Amino acid sequence: MVLINGTAENAAGMTVEEYISETDYNKSRVAVEINGEIISKALYTQTVLNDGDTVEIVGFVGGG
Amino acid sequence: MSFDAAKAKRYARHLVLKEIGLNGQKKLSVAKVLVIGAGGLGSPAVMYLASAGVGEIGIADYDKVDLSNLQRQIIHTTDRVGMKKTASAQISAKAVNPDVNIIPIDERLDPDNIIRIISEYDFILDCTDRFETKFMINDACVIAGKPYSHAGVVRFGGQAMTYIPGRGPCLRCLLGSVPHDSETCSNAGVVGAAAGVLGSIQALEAVKYITGAGKLLCGRVLSFDGLHMNVRVHKVSGSDPHCTVCGKEPSITDLSVNRNDYYIYGCSTGGDEE
Ligand SMILES: [Zn+2]
Repeated sequence: MVLINGTAENAAGMTVEEYISETDYNKSRVAVEINGEIISKALYTQTVLNDGDTVEIVGFVGGG
Repeated sequence: MSFDAAKAKRYARHLVLKEIGLNGQKKLSVAKVLVIGAGGLGSPAVMYLASAGVGEIGIADYDKVDLSNLQRQIIHTTDRVGMKKTASAQISAKAVNPDVNIIPIDERLDPDNIIRIISEYDFILDCTDRFETKFMINDACVIAGKPYSHAGVVRFGGQAMTYIPGRGPCLRCLLGSVPHDSETCSNAGVVGAAAGVLGSIQALEAVKYITGAGKLLCGRVLSFDGLHMNVRVHKVSGSDPHCTVCGKEPSITDLSVNRNDYYIYGCSTGGDEE
């Protein structure tokens, strides 16, 4: 299981890119941190979520 | 600040707080805070900073009050439609607290003037409505070494975080480059009270920074989903060492490098929302 924003999810084995594409997040407006390290967008396709990872996905909006 | 009986009464609810007290109130009275954008986020932020007795509040906005602003921009009033937002905001802030010094800044913030303008202030609030401007403010604050509060809002929610130089990630650490598909309040809609929540959080961060109270949203992003009423504070403790503005070898060392990233829209909170 992967702990994503505090919820255990069955996402081990997926890449960050794959996980995001299955959600409502917009890739250009998210920040992804895995086990305390920010993942740059260029690495989303090659970064695989592993069992036991703690992931924060933060969506941003630009209005004001 | 001479602390007369009227001030003791005005700030009584601050004075009883152990985190603020007389010492904190004196810090507030000499603090200078810049609010960029007097719109949905900036309206509550300016009102709370003024009522809190922040000594000097700069308000930067080049727009005029429009009827469609009033659904959420609570610092402005119906009889001020057509007035400069800075002038309208000044009237409201002064009405709440005549002791604060309001500095209206009507010029459009751009890569050539923003560093000069922010350098006058202790803390900056990004209350603008576009990623382009938010990144310009981020990069300017990183380059100038200024702490600032970021926030964004659309529909029923948004996010806030606080950048403190050298102590946590900046917006560019988290997002990389400027998202160009950004929704604005005009095409997505926004509930005034949601903007009020996030603008109030920004004012609260400013008060905490000035008085040294509590723990800032530094290295953390607060996500507020008012539609389902979910709030999460994401820990994003690490700065990106490869960040192009705050990293170890930054490529953005002055704002001319990325001029086209910011300049298309400049700094607006109103006119192009409509
Ligand atoms: Zn950074």
